[in-house]
Amino acid sequence: MTVKLILREQEYEVKAGMTLLAALQKINILPESVIATRDGELILEDEILRSGEAIKLISVISGG
Amino acid sequence: MKCRTCGQKAVVNMRQHKLALCKEHYLEWIPEQTDRFINKYRMFNKEEKILVAVSGGKDSLSLWDILVRLGYKADGLYIGLGIDEGIAYSSESHRLTQKFAEEHQLTLHVVDMEKEYGHSIPVMAELSHRGKGRPCAVCGLTKRHAMNRIARDLGYDVLATGHNLDDEAATLFGNTLVWSTEFLVRQSPLLPESKGLARKVKPLCRFYEKEMTAYSLLRGIEYIYEECPFSVGSTSIYYKQLLNELENERPGAKLNFYLKFLEARKQGLFALAVVEPAGLNICPTCNQPTSAPGECSFCRMVHKAKADEK
Repeated sequence: MTVKLILREQEYEVKAGMTLLAALQKINILPESVIATRDGELILEDEILRSGEAIKLISVISGG
Repeated sequence: MKCRTCGQKAVVNMRQHKLALCKEHYLEWIPEQTDRFINKYRMFNKEEKILVAVSGGKDSLSLWDILVRLGYKADGLYIGLGIDEGIAYSSESHRLTQKFAEEHQLTLHVVDMEKEYGHSIPVMAELSHRGKGRPCAVCGLTKRHAMNRIARDLGYDVLATGHNLDDEAATLFGNTLVWSTEFLVRQSPLLPESKGLARKVKPLCRFYEKEMTAYSLLRGIEYIYEECPFSVGSTSIYYKQLLNELENERPGAKLNFYLKFLEARKQGLFALAVVEPAGLNICPTCNQPTSAPGECSFCRMVHKAKADEK
């Protein structure tokens, strides 16, 4: 009953059934700094995360 | 969340605009808005030749894509910096830029630092003793020099870069922290051409970094996802993170910070700042404008690197 969130090499696990926003808050990632994708499709913060799925987080910050 | 235009499922939500859009309407909205900014800030027109500085990253490739979709005459310029650091950063970003140009049948000019000046950016930084262990200052100086040279030599009317709002807000934040009026007065979506200096524009300056990432993903643009190895831990990234924390609590804070600055600047808030007159002197080596008499900073750096090499 968990969902995996993957950001670069880092993996996080949260409970299924929560929204993406709640999951990001739980793992201390600013929603403004990432885009979440499910099977390559962009999903928004109100999306409910499903058991067993892997959500890929894409960092949006670049620069130097 | 539903698309405001068609009611289908939204894929992008821009809280600062209270606007959610589906893929189809987002991919229409971005070029429309870009064209609006190009016209608002009088950046260029459809008759002018544009040189887009392309790094292989999401912003510059997206900018090139948008300008071509809008029907502008836009060619690309890639500067090979020779940064490897174990991840072949420069060669991979070159490959992706070349791939984009070929797929869209676009003209890409390439400047290779090692071939033209004998050294990669990291080596040049080491030999010239600039940047306190980081080559970022040397990289910035080199890119500005090469971009202006190519734009001028090949007869382009304008040089376009992919700076987004987060880039601009972070720069503004850094300059405001130390009240660097000299830099504040120069920060603008448009820097007009002057003797020897190409016009410079930033058509994406009002889009959030997240919006440009969404655009490149939705358009299927393959860009270099890896960070420049030298930018890890940089001040600009730190400022972006701080501003994102603010944005998280106060949607629209980043946009307001930047837009209110542009308004204040337009009203003359920084007009009294002492600005060095640009272009009064010509570098005897490269013929580019320089603020002080004698060789420009770039040529001095190249000569110092060559001398120290011996």
